[in-house]
Amino acid sequence: MYKIREKKVLAEKTVMMKIIAPDIAKKAKPGNFVMLRIDEKGERIPLTIADHDLKTITIIFLVVGRTTEDLSKLDEGDYVLDVAGPLGNPIEIKNYGTVVFVAGGLGIAAIYPQLKSLKGSNKIISIIGAKTKELLFLVDEIKENSDETIICTDDGSYGKKGFVTDALKELIEQEQINHIITIGPTIMMKAVSDITKDKNIKTTASINSIMVDGIGMCGSCRVHVNNKIRFACVDGPEFNAHQIDWDELIKRNSKYKEEEHECMYSKDK
Amino acid sequence: MESEEQKPEEQKPEERIHNFNEVCFGYTKEQAIKEAKRCLQCQLPLCEKGCPAGISIKKFIKHIADEEFDLALKTILEKNSLPGICGRVCPAEEQCKKSCISRPAINIALLERFAADNAEKIAKNIKKTCKKIAVIGSGPAGLACSSDLALMGYEVVVYEALHKPGGVLTYGIPEFRLTKKIVMDEVNYIKKLGVNIKLNSVIGKLFGIDELLKKYDAVFIATGAGLPYFLGIEGENLNNVYSANEFLTRNNLMKAYKFPEYITPVKKSKKTVVIGGGNVAVDAARVAKRLGSDVTIIYRRSRKEMPGRDKEIKHAEEEGIEFRFLANPIKITGKHDVNGIECISMKLTKLDDSGRKIPMPVQGSEFKIACNQVIVAIGQGPNPLIGKTINLNTGKKRNIIVDTDYQTSIKNVFAGGDITSGSATVIKAISDGKKAAKIIDEKLKRG
Repeated sequence: MYKIREKKVLAEKTVMMKIIAPDIAKKAKPGNFVMLRIDEKGERIPLTIADHDLKTITIIFLVVGRTTEDLSKLDEGDYVLDVAGPLGNPIEIKNYGTVVFVAGGLGIAAIYPQLKSLKGSNKIISIIGAKTKELLFLVDEIKENSDETIICTDDGSYGKKGFVTDALKELIEQEQINHIITIGPTIMMKAVSDITKDKNIKTTASINSIMVDGIGMCGSCRVHVNNKIRFACVDGPEFNAHQIDWDELIKRNSKYKEEEHECMYSKDK
Repeated sequence: MESEEQKPEEQKPEERIHNFNEVCFGYTKEQAIKEAKRCLQCQLPLCEKGCPAGISIKKFIKHIADEEFDLALKTILEKNSLPGICGRVCPAEEQCKKSCISRPAINIALLERFAADNAEKIAKNIKKTCKKIAVIGSGPAGLACSSDLALMGYEVVVYEALHKPGGVLTYGIPEFRLTKKIVMDEVNYIKKLGVNIKLNSVIGKLFGIDELLKKYDAVFIATGAGLPYFLGIEGENLNNVYSANEFLTRNNLMKAYKFPEYITPVKKSKKTVVIGGGNVAVDAARVAKRLGSDVTIIYRRSRKEMPGRDKEIKHAEEEGIEFRFLANPIKITGKHDVNGIECISMKLTKLDDSGRKIPMPVQGSEFKIACNQVIVAIGQGPNPLIGKTINLNTGKKRNIIVDTDYQTSIKNVFAGGDITSGSATVIKAISDGKKAAKIIDEKLKRG
């Protein structure tokens, strides 16, 4: 059993929790995730470790389906049954020069530990975006840890009006960029990848496949990368964005749409 | 008085394809006694030579014949802590039963199962030594090794990566062949022996082998063969193409067959094609059948070469699963979801190293099967996670290399079961675990 020590609603449908898991916290590195299961009948879901201290790991999630909805209803002092990790490969921490993070939606939570680990030895420019101002979160934390921060909202309610990809295109014209890291909705990452491929800028993307065990035993999270089958859980979750078969990933991630619906409906009954 | 071979009741095929309950009900008390009384009690029991666990078969059968079921179970537990599991999944027909001279041969596994199901497993009081051992993985090899070490007095901690113990017994073998209640029952018995099982502990990530060596006198790696192989053909990543591991894990570990009561989903399809000829392929096919699908197994050799257990293949046939032998997939078709599989007919040629005939494609014999789900069950490789995180000697398939003493290339680190051999059987893993326990004990005593 793993206790929820702190809970905070960061934005609309976006919840942060600090969960007591000292062994995982001790080993957590930027880019790692955990597999979490709420209770006996629950499913295992992957969640990026957004931060950690000596005792707790921080997860940030968007309420998109049954499990995240159930999780969002738990309070400080409640427990989740299972947390396993830290899983996946951590990001490479090195001196790239100028690194640009392009994050949308929940991806903002995932870039946070990464940019913290890369700041100092790199110039960090963060481009973060959401549909509206109400959906943005961690803005101050991202700003504090970046040399430059560009904020975009689709409706212009905060920062620039438009997509993160528009801001990225502009930035590429102005700045010499050595490395790009993109995390967010798959469609957004694909768009980023398309832009940077043309400009020949090295780009990594952290993909969010559907997982079951998270330790390389089922292949649910598989996708073609450089024409080879790769498992996001043990070979990733970060890959060279220009080598990912994005269309395949988009297709695979929509696999359980109907079931997700049925699951929510069955709960209301 | 001579009596006939006792056959246990089974759930009728037309009923069982609609549920996940156990197919075989096992012996009633009367049947077990009758079957036990058929045993000739040979002076030199050959059956015992065929048992990888070394159970005193003659003795436990005598106890059943005498209606002393608790003594029967006690006798088995001296050698094997997993009798309910072995009684169900051991290929006895190739081991103890094969060497039995009674005609027809005694159903030893069914008697073992009877003893396990009908008597209480009593954990002995054990005098503990002060030595500590870490076992990685709570599948058959890990459970066998840890229970034997506990019986020898060692303090044993088992690290399990998943949220439930049992390894392949829990995530792989379906409920109707091995009920999870039995697995948990035997795991609980092993816990009563003093074994501590830590769940959600992914070794190589949460703790390194080097860290374990600082806390423990020895480490036994039994992480199994959980890495699914894929075919490498076009269309393999289409939606509704599952590895057998994924399909079985969703249903067995996560209970997706009870969706939406259990939250993990699994796709329900009208027509499923399973590729492969082993127990895993047959298990996956029978699960798909129970989820309401028509199922065809395609296998590149013939019925005779199928590595799956005969009993299970027969059960699958009774359940209406269709077999298409001498066929190999060449392409999975569809846009988003699968809509069919293209195959080619095969013919058998000369023998390969394993003594099986090599299948070769027959030119121009391509054919297509329409389906909306494909399950790939062509084998599993050793879990690569630990090998990636520590400098252990590993083989071509990323299996951990050990000598005849289960010793790896690192001192005090041992390994056994499928992580060393690739995909084999539950009983081979149990046997490895037991032998390794004995060797670890000897080595630690020698110092």
